[in-house]
Amino acid sequence: MSAVERPLIYANLRKPGYSIDIDCYIKHGGYEALKKAVAMKPDEVCKEVEISGLRGRGGAGFPTGMKWKFLDRKSGKPCYLVVNADESEPGTFKDRQIIYKDPHQMLEGIAITAWAIQAKQIFIYIRGEFQHGAKILENAIAEAKAKGFLGNNILGSGYSCDVVVHRGGGCYVCGEETGLIESLEGKRGYPRIKPPYFPAVLGVYNCPTIVNNAETLAQVKHVLTFGGAEFAKIGIPGDSGTHIWGVSGLVKRPGLYEIEAGKATFGQLLYDFCGGPLEGRTFKAIIPGGSSTKILKFGERFKGKLPNGQEFDWALEDIPLDSNSIAACGTGLGTGGTIVIDDSVEMIQALSNLNAFYAHETCGQCTPCREGSLWLSRVSKRITTGGGLESDVSLLLDIANQVAGRTICAHGEAVAWPVQSAVPKFKDEYLDSIKRRQNGDFVSPLKLI
Amino acid sequence: MVTDNKPPLISINVDGVEHQVVAGTNLVDALAKIGKEVPHYCYHPKLTIAGNCRMCLVELGSPMRDRATNEVILENGKPKIGWQPKPAIACATNVSPGLHVKLDSPEVKACREGVTEMLLLNHPLDCPICDQAGECKLQEFSAEYGKGYSRYVDEKNAKPKKTRLGPRVTLDDERCILCSRCVRFCNDIAKDPVLGFVNRGSFNTLTCFPGKELNNNYSLNTVDICPVGALTSTDFRFKMRVWFLKKTPSICTESSVGVNTTIWSREGKIYRITPRQNDAVNDTWMADSGRELYKQVEDAHRITSASVKGTKTSVDIAFNTASEIIKSGHLAIVGSGHLTVEEQYLLSDLAKKHSAKTYVPAHTGKGDGMLISEDHTPNFRGALVTGLTQNAAVDLKALSSDIESGKVKSLLICREDVTTLGLSAQLLSKVRVIVIATHKNATTDTAEVVLPGLTVFERSGSFINCQFRLQSFVQAIPGPAGTLPDSSYLARFAGLNVNSLWKELAQHVPALAGLAHGKIPEDGVVIDSSKWSSLTFPEGRLLKFAPAGVTA
Repeated sequence: MSAVERPLIYANLRKPGYSIDIDCYIKHGGYEALKKAVAMKPDEVCKEVEISGLRGRGGAGFPTGMKWKFLDRKSGKPCYLVVNADESEPGTFKDRQIIYKDPHQMLEGIAITAWAIQAKQIFIYIRGEFQHGAKILENAIAEAKAKGFLGNNILGSGYSCDVVVHRGGGCYVCGEETGLIESLEGKRGYPRIKPPYFPAVLGVYNCPTIVNNAETLAQVKHVLTFGGAEFAKIGIPGDSGTHIWGVSGLVKRPGLYEIEAGKATFGQLLYDFCGGPLEGRTFKAIIPGGSSTKILKFGERFKGKLPNGQEFDWALEDIPLDSNSIAACGTGLGTGGTIVIDDSVEMIQALSNLNAFYAHETCGQCTPCREGSLWLSRVSKRITTGGGLESDVSLLLDIANQVAGRTICAHGEAVAWPVQSAVPKFKDEYLDSIKRRQNGDFVSPLKLI
Repeated sequence: MVTDNKPPLISINVDGVEHQVVAGTNLVDALAKIGKEVPHYCYHPKLTIAGNCRMCLVELGSPMRDRATNEVILENGKPKIGWQPKPAIACATNVSPGLHVKLDSPEVKACREGVTEMLLLNHPLDCPICDQAGECKLQEFSAEYGKGYSRYVDEKNAKPKKTRLGPRVTLDDERCILCSRCVRFCNDIAKDPVLGFVNRGSFNTLTCFPGKELNNNYSLNTVDICPVGALTSTDFRFKMRVWFLKKTPSICTESSVGVNTTIWSREGKIYRITPRQNDAVNDTWMADSGRELYKQVEDAHRITSASVKGTKTSVDIAFNTASEIIKSGHLAIVGSGHLTVEEQYLLSDLAKKHSAKTYVPAHTGKGDGMLISEDHTPNFRGALVTGLTQNAAVDLKALSSDIESGKVKSLLICREDVTTLGLSAQLLSKVRVIVIATHKNATTDTAEVVLPGLTVFERSGSFINCQFRLQSFVQAIPGPAGTLPDSSYLARFAGLNVNSLWKELAQHVPALAGLAHGKIPEDGVVIDSSKWSSLTFPEGRLLKFAPAGVTA
């Protein structure tokens, strides 16, 4: 059976003539879900989201309903909703599409969520580079306020909630929720230590805060449209809804593909949707969910047990596109930003590129990540410029092992995982690169672009 | 004496051994109390938790509980321990009953080795010329917990080596390990947020905000708490290796707070003064101005020899002249809050024997609400306790008219420049004046007899601070050749034996009963002050002090 797309988030924005103005959105059934939500009690909306089994789309895949439940209601402090639209994971470009092409869909999800958690104020933290996107959002917010979907007395419910669009300063770590909160408060974007700074308890201004990814909130709109139980039927048990796969790199048709969770495989994604490798090339590896997830190599076999007890034995092409299956293969669905690498790429250059990114983006707050990322970058760069030593391969792995799991935020894992996964899988190629480049042979024997 | 209520103890398990620790305390501190070191850089007991150095990573576990019944799950009759999957920072952990800690596991060892190696990657390793060497945490922990070698072959980061952060602090950014202690100190303790980091990642650089400088009166505390040699005292920089210095416990004389200090000296010369921790008085801080006081020792106006009528003479001759003046009668005494409790007692005794009126002038001024109080003498309370004065505020008007009227014919002045307190030089010329002083001033210029006094660094004694806390200090360096401590002159005037002074004090001063100079605990002892509760004192709220009627 050949797989097909099931656009939910992207259903409207792909339609010819669909525009970002509110009338167009309302014509396509917009803000009906909000009306439905406001007619319900906030707790009932939370319950629907919990039943839906919706998982966060920011990369960690944490159940959204459960996250909302953690909100500290006893403190008596106001609570805040923060929208994480700081999409900065390399290889990820799904939220941008929503913001630029269908901002009201996200705003509706935001309004529903704010109602559900009774937020006092909404902050949309948008990536600094999305300058135009921020303007689009501001216009959309003004439109929504004028129609009573946001701002004062939302839909006559007596509940009011204002929205602020805050542009980031251009930093990857500010996509980490506590780093984002610090940055939002006007401080340096240093992630906070957990405990005690769990956002649901001590978030913005040390008040209970929910930080949700932009796409997650767009999904919330659909949870309300379908109802939690119906939404849970989309996808597979344990991973409901659709995933947006942003495929980039060396495939024929890179782009965004929205697929029901678990209803297609990587093979189908890469060959059927993306048209397979470029002419005369073969696939070598993929980084499945944004650059921080662990790399998968073509030709590997993945064996193990799923959380439901089912045993599996897959080639990369057979892995189903749902978070549990991908996690069982030792990596993560992450943001769904799949980076495809083919046989024209020398792996050390890919690794060096990634390492340089993480060294540039580490906030520098805690020691292992700050020093480890730069060390990794320097070692891999040295290899590419011919100064590599054979021992560098094990050194790279050792450095990565000294970073992962020992840092304040998950940037440590983001630094370590590409190395921890790529080094064992491509050890021979790295050794070959080191030797050739030591001898001044910088021309890859592999196919060149 | 006031004793604290003891907080409850709980049991935690460290490397398989049960230990009793104080409930709710920070794990790093709790372990230190039972003799277990957890290496750390960014953690400081008096600052907020940053958790950024990652040196204190340990493995933590706690007894597992059944989700349904909340009962502790047993395994072989013992609670089953659920260990956290990742190492956790001890500094952000408070002890709780049943907490299990691994300090000695291969994982913990690997964490420490890893962090040490990482910290040294871009560190200049210039210990041979670094002031911090010998008291550097990075140096100590690298030796203790590091691998002993580096695998780093790439180029190191270059950063500014000599940045002037303010008038007293110089920064070497290459040595900085970005622990943020100084930043947190300025933000939270000094309330002068001028420090911050610029750039990103390993290129992070500590700096002052544009247009600002680190010039608050507590700036040198950043040097004390810097775990490495990044922040250095401009005064002390490159002057002396710390391991050559002798440490002497002392008390700051700047104000009635009585900040506990350490005097660092070598061969009779003081090189620096640093705060000594006393959680009831000054925590781990002291003002910059107090650190400069050692400069009075070698000040150009220092009095190093006795004189009679302006002519230098031996201490003996000057002393005999002074004795004769005292015996001639009609004596008045000007004491001081700068004198020690012992000296004040001797003066008080002398006054009784000669029926002399005593005056202890107050020196009040601006306080800073932290560690400099409104009373700028260290021991005004001592004058009350020893009976040298009965009042909190005294002026010299009565003395002035007594001199005018001829009631007073001789005057003994200890450590006060009375010309600044309303007694003119002309008035002083009407009486025979004996002065004990450390520095030349208008009073010493007019005095008939001048006996050289010793600074706080050159003598031993005790002060009573604004909390009525009796604190002792000991001599750090010898005084100028031929000089004697004030107490020996005063004891001889009063006909008492210096060596049995504390016996007298304990016997005759009820508040000091049972005490002796050598028996005063390191952090002092609060004496019964109910006798003076009706007096009004100038001190306002301070770091560890609130005036009566103000809630702390």
